[in-house]
Amino acid sequence: MALIRHVPVAPNFKFMRRRNLFIAISAALVLASVALFAVRGLNLGVDFRGGIMIEIETRDAANLGDLRARLGSLGLGEVTLQEFGNPTDVLINVQRQDGAEKEQIAAIDRIKAELGDQVAEYRRTEFVGPKVGDELKQAGFLATIFAMLGITVYIWFRFEWQFAVAALIALFHDVITTIGLMALIQLEFNLSTLAAVLTVAGYSINDTVVIFDRVRETLRKYKKMPLLDLLSLSINGTLVRTTLTSLTTLMALLALAVFGGEVIRGFSIALIWGVLIGTFSSWGLAVPILSYMNLRAGLVGGTDDEGEKTKAVEKA
Amino acid sequence: MVQFPRWQQLLVLAVVVLGLVFVSPNFLARETAEGLPGWVPSQQINLGLDLQGGSYLLLEIDLDEVAREQLDNLIESLRIDLRRAKIGYTNLGVDGQAVAFQVRDQANLQQARDILRNSADQLLIESAEGGVLKASFTPQAMRDRQAGIVQQSIEIVRRRIDETGTREPSIQQQGDQRILVQLPGVRDPERIKSLLGKTAKLTFRFVDETAPIDGSRVPAGSELLSSDELDPLGNPRRYVIKKRIMVGGDSLTDAAATFQDGQPVVSFTFDGVGAKRFADATRQNVGRAFAIVLDDTVISAPVIREPILGGRGIISGSFTSQEVQDLALLLRAGALPAPLTILEERTVGPGLGADSIAAGKIASILGMIFVVVFMGTIYGLFGLMANVALILNLVLIMAALSGLQATLTLPGIAGIVLTIGMAVDANVLIFERIREEIREGRGPVTAIDAGYRRAMTTIIDSNLTTLIAALLLFQFGTGPVKGFAVTLAIGLITSMFTAIMLTRLLVVTWLRRRKPQALAI
Repeated sequence: MALIRHVPVAPNFKFMRRRNLFIAISAALVLASVALFAVRGLNLGVDFRGGIMIEIETRDAANLGDLRARLGSLGLGEVTLQEFGNPTDVLINVQRQDGAEKEQIAAIDRIKAELGDQVAEYRRTEFVGPKVGDELKQAGFLATIFAMLGITVYIWFRFEWQFAVAALIALFHDVITTIGLMALIQLEFNLSTLAAVLTVAGYSINDTVVIFDRVRETLRKYKKMPLLDLLSLSINGTLVRTTLTSLTTLMALLALAVFGGEVIRGFSIALIWGVLIGTFSSWGLAVPILSYMNLRAGLVGGTDDEGEKTKAVEKA
Repeated sequence: MVQFPRWQQLLVLAVVVLGLVFVSPNFLARETAEGLPGWVPSQQINLGLDLQGGSYLLLEIDLDEVAREQLDNLIESLRIDLRRAKIGYTNLGVDGQAVAFQVRDQANLQQARDILRNSADQLLIESAEGGVLKASFTPQAMRDRQAGIVQQSIEIVRRRIDETGTREPSIQQQGDQRILVQLPGVRDPERIKSLLGKTAKLTFRFVDETAPIDGSRVPAGSELLSSDELDPLGNPRRYVIKKRIMVGGDSLTDAAATFQDGQPVVSFTFDGVGAKRFADATRQNVGRAFAIVLDDTVISAPVIREPILGGRGIISGSFTSQEVQDLALLLRAGALPAPLTILEERTVGPGLGADSIAAGKIASILGMIFVVVFMGTIYGLFGLMANVALILNLVLIMAALSGLQATLTLPGIAGIVLTIGMAVDANVLIFERIREEIREGRGPVTAIDAGYRRAMTTIIDSNLTTLIAALLLFQFGTGPVKGFAVTLAIGLITSMFTAIMLTRLLVVTWLRRRKPQALAI
């Protein structure tokens, strides 16, 4: 009953014929992301912008208009309310108050005093002072940069430098387009969505490494095959695996997005997008970039003899 | 790869059994698990505050304030000593990180220098032109003092929180001047926040009766403080209070909330030294007013009608009974050596925590079912073997979390779900390699052998790169995100073990028993 018997081990798509199209798509996605980021900006969560976020459960279905009016009268500056999963769940975001931490704490007290009669439970109260907000921003930025550098250095160790360059470009592509999606749908950018971005980097590189591994192996095997054919062959050789793994990962993430609760929905959505884009960038960007580099310089290992033999099998 | 030495097989089984042993306490009630004999693993998974509900507070100790205060104290003691020695001086004040003053008569310079040297330990003294003396604390003295203050602050925070009856609080130093407080199960963080936000420095001092009552002129050595009482115009009443302390809050041995004439008040008891100083001071100053000052606010300023000799007293003011309870608690726990600021708060109510656990469970189980059905359908028997590995992977993750006492957070659960999706990757890589080998005409045994061998480098390379991302997340992340990094990293390691070693054990055993002529993938 194994369905896999009906799936070819290695399909025969001519990926590299369309390499420029794929690169163009990637470039367009990156440009669109940068534009979105510049125009719409990110919907910064309380972690990075500082300020107050309170999630309340009201006794009866929440009347957002009334709540808005009551909170508006407190003079706390910009207050946004949104229903959060349930009609009785409301997420309140309050801008960072002028002044230091003390002023934020005082604002929380006033909000709680104003809403006391309507609230069944304070489900979450988060407040990030200006100092910590700036530190988190800095730590998040550093984590992203170091993760990308760490991954690149590892690839550089394990492969030739050309691979590291291609992997780094694909990595930037994935991170930038994930941020672009967040700007597009105004997904809240907070510590957990940042973690999602880093995980996307990890997943995407995982995928890229599997294909690169195959490229390296094929390079040793077929010394005389034209590079473009060789790259297409490598992608085809790993295509079933790439598809299956993306599918299982997407299934798990879909379960998380639908059933995992409102708190980590944003995180799950960012990851789902990241898995899609990370899978695409592995064969659609990283490998096409490789095609413009001189991969055969300084390669060792494998003999022509062995290569030709396997090639014969390939043709059969 | 098909050659699988017996000891390796036993090792794989041993790991699986250990995993089952370590995971099992999680299925017992907490009390039952704690009652197990010592040699049995009894640790359950530690739930993060976002899952069990509770408060996370990051506090910062205001060390600048301490340094300022230290210089102010030096100035006060110099003022008294110089006056006593009849040395004329001008411009006594704080200059940057130092205290500076100018001696009027150069002849007194050496004497002033000696007074300065004796006024505090570890002073750096410089002299400048025109009889100016400057004194600052040595860096070592500053560091020692700051370290002491941090330790003392942690102790006071601990005492205050213990007094509220919070169970299992965690109070740790973070960095140079921060305290991280984690309070599982706290329902009313506002009260604790307000308790921690007060320095609770209580002093008994005299009212400066030489100063005009309206505070239009404040003599050196006194300060203008406001009170909670209102004057007839509705403004807070203000007093000129001497800076010199008659008795401090550190001389209290006990404080309790009680009632006097139907009003909530705090009664207190001095220790021996405090009682004597208070008795002497009140005996010599009958008819004068003194002030009870808490954190630079005058609580009350009664006139001494008769000497207070018993070492007991009462603090009354315009208090509610809750405020009286809190004040008594603060006085019992002691004053903080420096003000604390709450830099960050994250509180999760018990309802949301329980909802998150339930949602996490459903998502994990459904994710698992999707992947298991998918793998079974695609790879048949091999898929089933991968599924056994997947389920045991989950067991091993939970066992590792229990054994290491790592904290499971909501993003941590997300990490587990993600691992479920990604864990089969290693198996897919192996199976696809096996399929290639078969297509190249190899028999089952050789194909499987080559499949495992060739997939190995790819698996290790791809997992290590993800592990790098996880480690960096752990390094830079805080709280819940750290939890995600932990489960992701544990999941990567356990999944490499189950996907490679465990499926290999299953496949090899199957191969030996059945001796198949062809592989059904």
